[in-house]
Amino acid sequence: MPSMSAEELKERLTRDLPGALAPARAKAEHVTNGSAAPQTDPPAKPKKGAEGPVDLLATNDAIVLSERIPDVVRYVRDTLGYTFLTDLTAVDYMADGLIELIYRFLHLDGGPTMAIKTRVPRDRAVVPSITPFWPGADLQEREAYDMYGVDFPGHPNLVRVYMWDEFEGFPMRKDFPRQGDKYIEEEDEA
Amino acid sequence: MPQNSKLIVNAMLKTQELQLNIGPQHPSTHGVFRLIVTVDGETVIDLKPVFGYLHRNHEQLGEVSTYIQSMPFTDRLDYFNSMANNFGLSIAVEKLAGIEVPQRANYIRVLMAELTRILNHAAAVAFMINDMGAWQTPLAYGMREREKILDLFEMASGARMMCNYFRFGGVVRDLPPEFMPQLHDLMRGLPTFFDEFERLLRENEILMLRSQGVGILPKELAASYSVTGPVLRASGIAYDIRKAEPYSVYDELDFDVPIGSVGDVYDRFLIRIEEMRQSYRLVQQIIERLPDTTGGHINPAMANIGKQKALRPPAGDAYGRVESPKGELGFYLVSDGSTRPYRYKVRAPSFINLTPLGDMCRGHKVADVVVILGSIDIVMGEVDR
Repeated sequence: MPSMSAEELKERLTRDLPGALAPARAKAEHVTNGSAAPQTDPPAKPKKGAEGPVDLLATNDAIVLSERIPDVVRYVRDTLGYTFLTDLTAVDYMADGLIELIYRFLHLDGGPTMAIKTRVPRDRAVVPSITPFWPGADLQEREAYDMYGVDFPGHPNLVRVYMWDEFEGFPMRKDFPRQGDKYIEEEDEA
Repeated sequence: MPQNSKLIVNAMLKTQELQLNIGPQHPSTHGVFRLIVTVDGETVIDLKPVFGYLHRNHEQLGEVSTYIQSMPFTDRLDYFNSMANNFGLSIAVEKLAGIEVPQRANYIRVLMAELTRILNHAAAVAFMINDMGAWQTPLAYGMREREKILDLFEMASGARMMCNYFRFGGVVRDLPPEFMPQLHDLMRGLPTFFDEFERLLRENEILMLRSQGVGILPKELAASYSVTGPVLRASGIAYDIRKAEPYSVYDELDFDVPIGSVGDVYDRFLIRIEEMRQSYRLVQQIIERLPDTTGGHINPAMANIGKQKALRPPAGDAYGRVESPKGELGFYLVSDGSTRPYRYKVRAPSFINLTPLGDMCRGHKVADVVVILGSIDIVMGEVDR
């Protein structure tokens, strides 16, 4: 079964699509591994109060520049043979001012999924749409737009999926006001 | 009037396109779901699904709940398959936190997941035929078997539909002593049910006329539209996560992945019947092996509910997926090291399987839309989340 590790993918991308990988972050001093490499040891459990805030942006997966997404996705499909886009989703890293998009592909011959990530600033969340050449992304891009306000130029019908058209704001963003916040208490975390 | 001039008159007649709403409140939409259909006469020209009538932002509920608090919420996603939904969340959290599952717990999990598949497909086929206008009779056959399986679920978990049976590292309690005898009773009756169900319907003229050649999804389109589950396999792609990336104990069990050839509604119906038979085979193997399994029903380190509540997975992300009866059910979790996930995303098969609905319906009659929708097998609780 085909299986491509994050390192291998990054190598291939550096070789075949120069300039597509995002430059490494300046403060990436401690690197934890993500889900893409289950064979390696899981990262040590952070001890309470032992270290500072967790570096949420640390990841082992390939991070590409947002404007190169269509090239990379075409490359993944046509050259690497991952012909199935299974999941497309966004995560809001508000403290770092970034929204991360995760494209998850799979190979129809089997094997684990492969993730490609891209990061865009929260106030200018724009990623070129892949729907014109990959119709399976249609509803998933609309969902990312609806929930996170990511703009996908090139999408034929970028309207809200779940919320009504007049709705203002993007409910899954971390700064969206939540009525229930006052019910969450710290005691029940003990 | 001679034939020729009649054709010319027909061609000259101006027809007008009409926009038609099916739903949101309509018995054939399987919940609160709206389809904006553009028709020319009886023929569908365009179709736009409108979602969100059941939206309750399940993903945000996941972010404000602890990991185990999300477990009962997953029951409400696809309320036909609460066991399969529990399974997906457990797999993702166990991957994220590195929790081991004992062998016996794994077998109980797979047993429940396969029983769920049988009940889902029995209901899905029955409802699809209901949509064709075979009012209630086939539905009664499907529902009868479903009730028997739900009784078993009630015995094990305490609830028929909202089971909330899985815990991280195993299941909440072991099977009660009266479970196995009743399961044997069920298993004795199931082959007869499959044969009877298939014999009633397979050669049925109405079903064949209404479903053959309707809603065809060709192989290439099925892959590029990201559909999963029986819909993908009916289009001829043998992709099943239980084989492609085996989780739990599926690599120790023997079963086949049936595929269709045409990718029409009829194929989807046949695939579901065949998958029920394969699930039956799996359950048989589990019954044989369950007495010899090692380990308890849950990992002792996680047996205490306090341990479940206080679970703090290390920072990082994980994507866990299972083959739910409707397709690939995936959970993407990002942990920041606290008791609540930083991001909790559900990759819902019902929702993404609706992507090609417009293409599948174009050119068919309005009445076929209902059948095609029924053949995709959606549950609105999962579509809208």
